[in-house]
Amino acid sequence: MENLTTQMAGVPLNHYIYLCAIIFTIGVIGVLTRRNAIVIFMSVELMLNAVNLLLTAFSVHSNDPSGQVFVFFIMALAAAEVAVGLAIIVMVYRNTKSIDINVLNRLKW
Amino acid sequence: MNIIITISITAFIVLYAGLFKANKALLPLTVVGLLTALGFTLAAWNGNAVHFGMMQTDNFALAFSGVCIIGTLLIFLLTQNYFHAKSDNIAEYYTLILFALAGMIMMVSYKNMAMLFVGLEIMSVSLYILAGIRKRDFASNEASLKYFLMGAFSTGFLLFGITLIYGATGSFDLDKIQDYLIDSKSISPIFYPGVILMMIGLCFKVGAAPFHFWTPDVYEGSPTLITTFMSTVVKTAGFAAFLRLFAGAFAPLHDFYAVPLMVIVCLTLFIGNVTALFQKNFKRMLAYSSISHAGYMLFSLIVLTKNSENNVLVYAAAYTFASIIAFAVLILVKQKTGSDSFESFNGLGKKNPLIAISLTIAMLSLAGIPLTAGFIGKYLMFLNVMGDYHMILVAFAILNALIGFYYYFKVIVAMWFKDGAEIELSTPAQYKVVLLVSVAITLILGIYPAIILNLI
Repeated sequence: MENLTTQMAGVPLNHYIYLCAIIFTIGVIGVLTRRNAIVIFMSVELMLNAVNLLLTAFSVHSNDPSGQVFVFFIMALAAAEVAVGLAIIVMVYRNTKSIDINVLNRLKW
Repeated sequence: MNIIITISITAFIVLYAGLFKANKALLPLTVVGLLTALGFTLAAWNGNAVHFGMMQTDNFALAFSGVCIIGTLLIFLLTQNYFHAKSDNIAEYYTLILFALAGMIMMVSYKNMAMLFVGLEIMSVSLYILAGIRKRDFASNEASLKYFLMGAFSTGFLLFGITLIYGATGSFDLDKIQDYLIDSKSISPIFYPGVILMMIGLCFKVGAAPFHFWTPDVYEGSPTLITTFMSTVVKTAGFAAFLRLFAGAFAPLHDFYAVPLMVIVCLTLFIGNVTALFQKNFKRMLAYSSISHAGYMLFSLIVLTKNSENNVLVYAAAYTFASIIAFAVLILVKQKTGSDSFESFNGLGKKNPLIAISLTIAMLSLAGIPLTAGFIGKYLMFLNVMGDYHMILVAFAILNALIGFYYYFKVIVAMWFKDGAEIELSTPAQYKVVLLVSVAITLILGIYPAIILNLI
């Protein structure tokens, strides 16, 4: 673990920031362009995981464990969100036989 | 701390009461629990206690907790005959609303950004379920899915913002962040995008333009009682969270975030008011009016003074109670006529004078006519900004308030001066209590604003 931490610290912090910003942007673009509810949902998870990665990197660099504790909060609450979200998607699928969000136009945007 | 524990325990007790089919006991249990929580709120006044470095129950937090709890209490009283008609499992509605309230209390009293995130998620996840609670109703399904996707998306922005701020300051604690901003010679360049991302995330949650597009659909599709909850209490809590961050921890950076905020305020006021003009549906009109009121509440952050927080409290209280009246009348009208368009309000004043007078006072308050709470709220906001000579901005906001007059008065005209079906509404006793209490609060705050003016 010690060895791993020193190795991680060897990579400059900037690289982590760039990597996470890129992953986060991919997630945002996914949410905005995709039409399938499940794929949108996966893109949201990608955004959250970019955040997790960045929090861990900051936490190691500043020798402060609270960042890693925050990652646990995010994981736990993301799991709760997945449980509710998939239930909602299943409910919509039962009524419309589709998970394409273009079907959702009864209420005008 | 006691407040959150009381509300959570009440939620569990109500869930068990539902399990044993004690449907008559649900409402009394909830009311007792909420009154106890309200008692703890009053008892903690001026205490300024910090709990484990995570939450701070200062007067700001307690005042907003009080508004949220009273608002929720009134909404619970509106449940009479509402859920019973639609579903057998009514204990779940009560429990989810109570859990959302517990999340909101965390949101208004956080001292550490972890609590902001946890509180926001507890509230949002409960609301996703509540929005879609009518499983077979297509509009409710759609509202739930849209709310869920937009909510999860905005949480991503909020979290990325928190992370960047953590990277710059090395802490999630609001006081430490503020110390960093005041003390350090050069602020890390990743702090600024962090502030903007958090602003975007929170603007999504409170429904400020250009991040408002989900609001009308979700408000229209959800069951009316849940819409009432979302557009009053939830909005108040969102603004308290916004204010705690931007008027508290980020206050030294005010020059930086004031410009994007000003753009957001102008867009929100304009889009909210102008789109509300063209609505044929009362519920959807209220959704757009809630967007425009979000704009007025963000006004207080453009010029930060020691009064900013109290002004938002006054405005939020005025808006909450007036909206509760409007939605309560909407529920009654919809139960009778089955429609929520403006036409169904025609001629309401002849057979139901009490309800029509209540709704008239609510509309006058939302429009901001003197002697109602809404006027005091708007007056304080404008006065605050005027002190710093943002004359053009104030003129723009007043122009928007004038546009607002038109669509609020449309309802009043429909009720009193148009001929309609002349239906007689059946008003249950609990609805009368809610209407009387809300009207009383609206008028008292409008005539004697001194009781709330220097609360925080």
